[in-house]
Amino acid sequence: MFMLEKAVVGSRRYWIWISTLVGIIAVAFFFYLRQFNYGLGITGLSRNVTWGLYIGQFTFLVGVAASAVMVVLPYYLHNHKEFGRMTILGECLAVSAVTTCILFILVDLGQPMRALNIIIYARPNSMMFWDMVSLGGYWVLNATITLVSLHAVQKGVAPPAWIKPVILLSIPWAISIHTVTAFLYSGLPGRPFWLTAILAPRFLASAFASGPALLILLCMLIRRLDGYDVGRKAINDVAIIVTYAMTVNVFFLLMELFTSFYSQIPTLMEHFENMYVGVGGNSSLVPWGQSSVVMMTAALLLLLIPQTRRNERTLVVACILTFVSLWADKGICLVVGGFIPSPLGAMTGYVPTLPELCIGAGVWAIGALMVTVFYKVALSTAVAAGADFAHGPATVKEAA
Amino acid sequence: MKISRKQFLKLTGASLLTLSGGKLWSALAYAGQAVAHPVQLIRGKQLAMLIDTRKCAEHPDCTGCIEACAKAHNIPSFKNPAHEVKWIWTEPFENVFPTEETRFMPAGLKEKPVMVLCNHCDNPPCVRVCPTGATWKREDDGIVMMDWHRCIGCRYCMAACPYGSRSFNWVDPRTALGDLNPVFPTRTKGVVEKCTFCPERLAKGQLPACVEACSAGALLFGDLNDPASAIRTQLETQRTIRRRPELGTGPNVYYVI
Amino acid sequence: MRDRAWILLGLGAFLLLLSSPLWWNMRARAGLKGPDLVSPADQKDCVLPAHEMNVSHMQLLLQWRDKVVRQEIHSFKAYDGKVYDMRLSGTCLSCHEKAKFCDRCHAYVGVKTPYCWDCHIDPAQTRPALARRSPQ
Repeated sequence: MFMLEKAVVGSRRYWIWISTLVGIIAVAFFFYLRQFNYGLGITGLSRNVTWGLYIGQFTFLVGVAASAVMVVLPYYLHNHKEFGRMTILGECLAVSAVTTCILFILVDLGQPMRALNIIIYARPNSMMFWDMVSLGGYWVLNATITLVSLHAVQKGVAPPAWIKPVILLSIPWAISIHTVTAFLYSGLPGRPFWLTAILAPRFLASAFASGPALLILLCMLIRRLDGYDVGRKAINDVAIIVTYAMTVNVFFLLMELFTSFYSQIPTLMEHFENMYVGVGGNSSLVPWGQSSVVMMTAALLLLLIPQTRRNERTLVVACILTFVSLWADKGICLVVGGFIPSPLGAMTGYVPTLPELCIGAGVWAIGALMVTVFYKVALSTAVAAGADFAHGPATVKEAA
Repeated sequence: MKISRKQFLKLTGASLLTLSGGKLWSALAYAGQAVAHPVQLIRGKQLAMLIDTRKCAEHPDCTGCIEACAKAHNIPSFKNPAHEVKWIWTEPFENVFPTEETRFMPAGLKEKPVMVLCNHCDNPPCVRVCPTGATWKREDDGIVMMDWHRCIGCRYCMAACPYGSRSFNWVDPRTALGDLNPVFPTRTKGVVEKCTFCPERLAKGQLPACVEACSAGALLFGDLNDPASAIRTQLETQRTIRRRPELGTGPNVYYVI
Repeated sequence: MRDRAWILLGLGAFLLLLSSPLWWNMRARAGLKGPDLVSPADQKDCVLPAHEMNVSHMQLLLQWRDKVVRQEIHSFKAYDGKVYDMRLSGTCLSCHEKAKFCDRCHAYVGVKTPYCWDCHIDPAQTRPALARRSPQ
């Protein structure tokens, strides 16, 4: 049913990659057992900085998960046929990303054995409850879509008609998962850094820049490793989407900086000062903040200039810079920065510990393993069936 | 009968789903009952505290209330400040009331130690964000309570609290405790805790441990909804301030500066 | 079928292994005495009749927990009319010695207590180092 038999046949290079990932996961599992027995004190978190690496990575990966919509929407709603060979890859990436999100939340819990309390004692007033609903629902949606699409190609038929409304539902659902994640932060009265209406739009813009950038890199990697080519037009079009999203993201960041620094309100300014300049004897975030800004600027320039965007070499650099800069901005600066200074003015720094980093790497490795296995199955299925995904599910217009 | 592996798996999955469906249904039904108002309507008392910082400052080295609370509730004392667990403690005036700070202040006011604890707000953001209802505002007395059986340790309440009142058990608290007080449980690693206005003592007609222990009479405790209470009288006769009232949380710990 | 003998041998070995808890314990009939429980000397009545407590003390404790923590109800009227405070350490363990009563039966039956004792304190053991090592 899962066609996993396609994933256990591979070259030496494939197995070295799989073994590396499994090795990272094994180390992470060992450290997680230690964290489970000892407590979250094994991390670098503290009374003042209560969310760090795990929740920061979760926040970033929700964006990556949501970004599949940037490929799905043009293909299914606007008949953009050029994305035909790419949608399955985007959907596989989305499922893997959502899984890592859920795992990051679970490893961050102080009492993970009680995780189901969030369902048993449902509290609709809590944004975390809605986050669980939206992430869980998105996982189910994307898992269904991916499996059904793979099945259809394997059998050499068009997917069943009922999958179309499911795919259409996944489009607004993708927007919702990242909006709800932003709501976790933007409704807290005691955290002025996050208490801004533009946080959700900023999240979406950075998601739609970083996710598709990763997708472009993965597509180029697959083309090199396997020969499966999604097409130059598809890559170029996604690059344009990344460009627009990155432009909007940088614009939103500048808007935030303007409001904070033109108003000269200390509670608004101090968080940005901590991130980019380092004030009050605490500069643990500064390397991340500064490099994020430098990389963002470089990425934006490379993307805006048509020659560098169309040249595949410079596009790869631009995508890597996009992804890493937004990972530093959202995965580290945003979450940790909200806790410094604390409500009582303490400037407590945060440095993740080795166990914490290993557990984080393990969760990323699980995501990478899922993407690898999915892509292997998807591409082997396509090749074996003599088909490609361009003639996959009929679009809305065709059906009508 | 011939059955393919795929059909077998589908059948098993469907059976498990049906069997668990009943449990899921009852769980959802229970969840439906358990969903309460996001902000509890205060029908009974609203317990509150008035802290007279002038009386407190007359005894600069006194830690009576802090020690009484720690002893009554088995609060661990960690040497590592990152893992600190504290329900009531002192902070310098400038940290507690950052908006009261001016360029020129009376000598010693800026660093003057002020007691801080959970404010048991009228409109608590921590209650609003808790995904399991492990913290909630009690209707009868307005206490923002903790259920350590239900807390999953997500620490969302700690992010939401504008006052830094909450602590997390990063490790097993018993590693930083001496002799245990058998009257009150400890907590375990992985749950959030804070001052709960001593409901176990209130149930026996006693005052909270800190209030009883204060030899300077700096802590006044009572019901704001009772017009004849001492705390109401004090609030109506002298000027008091609260921490960050502009946030709309409605804190119920008042200070005389 | 050359392999018939091996198949039957393997099946037989498997069945033997599968049923081993039954025939092993039947063989060892000697150690069949029950747990050595020390009941409280002065108190004869519990909050429920002894048989009911035996069967459903965990359900009772969960009810007590929810009543005290979530509904602010502290008093429990027992079947004989006596009123008790609903407390695990304060009421239950004021009569029963955990190590000689609760733990012995739990160990005999092989039922691990839930994480109650991570937080709740056995009054007989208020030193954390000892309390942590007490059998669950």
